[in-house]
Amino acid sequence: MSEKIRKSVSIPEEAPVEVIEDLALVKNAQAENLKADLDNLLDEIDSILETNAEDFVNSYVQKGGE
Amino acid sequence: MALPKVCGIETEYGVISRGFDSSPIVASSVLVNAYAGAFKQNIQWDFGDETPERDARGFALEDAFPPEVETHMANSVLTNGARYYVDHAHPEISTPECRTATEVVLYDRAGEEIIKESMKRANALLPDLHEIITYKNNSDGKGNSYGCHENYLVSRELPFGQLATFITTHFVTRQIYCGSGKVGSEFLTDKADTVTYQISQRADFFEEEIGLETTIRRPIVNTRDEPHCDPDKYRRLHVIVGDANMSEYATYLKVGTTSIVLAMIEDGAFPSHLIIDGPVNAMRTVSRDISMSKAIRLSHGELKTSLEIQFLILEAAEKYNAQYGLDCVNSDDFPLEGRNILLLWRETLTNLSNGGVGSFDTIDWLAKMRLINAYQEKNDLAPNDARLKALDLQYHDMRTGKNLSDRMNLRRLITQGDADIARTEPPQSTRAFFRGMCLQRWPEFVVSANWDCLIFDVGDGPLRRIPMMEPLRGTRALTEDLFKSCSTPMELVLALGLENSELTSFRISDVF
Repeated sequence: MSEKIRKSVSIPEEAPVEVIEDLALVKNAQAENLKADLDNLLDEIDSILETNAEDFVNSYVQKGGE
Repeated sequence: MALPKVCGIETEYGVISRGFDSSPIVASSVLVNAYAGAFKQNIQWDFGDETPERDARGFALEDAFPPEVETHMANSVLTNGARYYVDHAHPEISTPECRTATEVVLYDRAGEEIIKESMKRANALLPDLHEIITYKNNSDGKGNSYGCHENYLVSRELPFGQLATFITTHFVTRQIYCGSGKVGSEFLTDKADTVTYQISQRADFFEEEIGLETTIRRPIVNTRDEPHCDPDKYRRLHVIVGDANMSEYATYLKVGTTSIVLAMIEDGAFPSHLIIDGPVNAMRTVSRDISMSKAIRLSHGELKTSLEIQFLILEAAEKYNAQYGLDCVNSDDFPLEGRNILLLWRETLTNLSNGGVGSFDTIDWLAKMRLINAYQEKNDLAPNDARLKALDLQYHDMRTGKNLSDRMNLRRLITQGDADIARTEPPQSTRAFFRGMCLQRWPEFVVSANWDCLIFDVGDGPLRRIPMMEPLRGTRALTEDLFKSCSTPMELVLALGLENSELTSFRISDVF
């Protein structure tokens, strides 16, 4: 792995969990953002989904692996 | 002290062809060959050391059905040290050996990029409206499953029975953050519609506590004893219970927590009272319990939820860290890896005990469940509507623009730039560096390669075999000068003192 990867691939130094008094507020704000994004996705999802869901699901047959 | 946790992941992708009839074996071969051919990465895999029938318990069951090694299918080894091949009827990528969970995530992600590039190249060769499509999931919803296997280096000194008993507790309960989520059930005795959504893709398929199989009667602990390294010192724990994850953080937690738990078991620090009574049923109980509130019976009769058991394992891990440190999962490049895993582990369990808020963008089964619930509600669909199953499949679709996990704002650990570099560059803290560098420098001289050896045709005399029995050697630190000083493979062979290597038996530890 190159120097470049070593420098950029790592979780930030500061702890991801800190005791923040308004943690509930922060999380609520995150949840609101995620919800807005989900609403946007739902508005356009039918153009991403396979056109005939039933045919698609039925024809998705795999051989067992491993 | 626990051994450094060399680890890696093997992912089998689901594959379909559209617009034309093709066997999945052919479709998979087309993908592998399209990639290997385009990047001249068609070095052959050497099957000499493959012994999937060997049982870690030291015996073989008469009716056991070990996996067969298939030598006739497309198979190549890449310059990043990975293996890309056709396994049964699926394209499969094994990451190179890594020293940290972060690097496993990096190379698993590089694997996704390789699959996407393969699809692009293969489909460019096919006529219009003909397409090969892959899915990074583990089941077709009809009872057929394919795996995402993890591998970890553990000490041979550790009694296998002890390892199996304790790691089973982790395997059953880690599903609550490792699961990729699944619409419906494929377990035969479930009544239709009683399971509308479950945490794990794979939990339906486990029927035994321990065993050698991977394709039938699947065991929670797989006993394949095929270390691909010095068998006197090491085992490779081959883990078959995991789901393939789209979330990089889920893969990070899966590999990170399991590495730490294995180190604890090696050092006698795993809480000995945490043994699950009836783990095969408990696998399914946990997977079907999206509220994470159902009790599991421990062998001494106590009842605990999956979340409570995970908190107890985490607390023991934090104590273990305070006492011994976590150098076994840290590396020079990632000195804070162990600490970061513990912090994310605690954050995740805390979030899960509060309904998952805060982990919707890291845990696959939560992200997928939000999508499915929202779509179902918006369109007023019955729980068994085919569109919900289609959403489930497309969460794992490897086509850019069609993959729904991409649209769920999952937190990224790996940048696109790093993933692109990792497609061709090996990790540097294991023997994968040596393998990758030899393939970069002298591809035309490498006759074949596998996990623990390389075979060179130096054009003069017999083939030269370079064994690599120590996964922690052959690193950048140990071989960089060697590569600088050698301009031909023969010079390498001579520098390693291997001029008679076809005749001798020795270990790479003797030469590096």
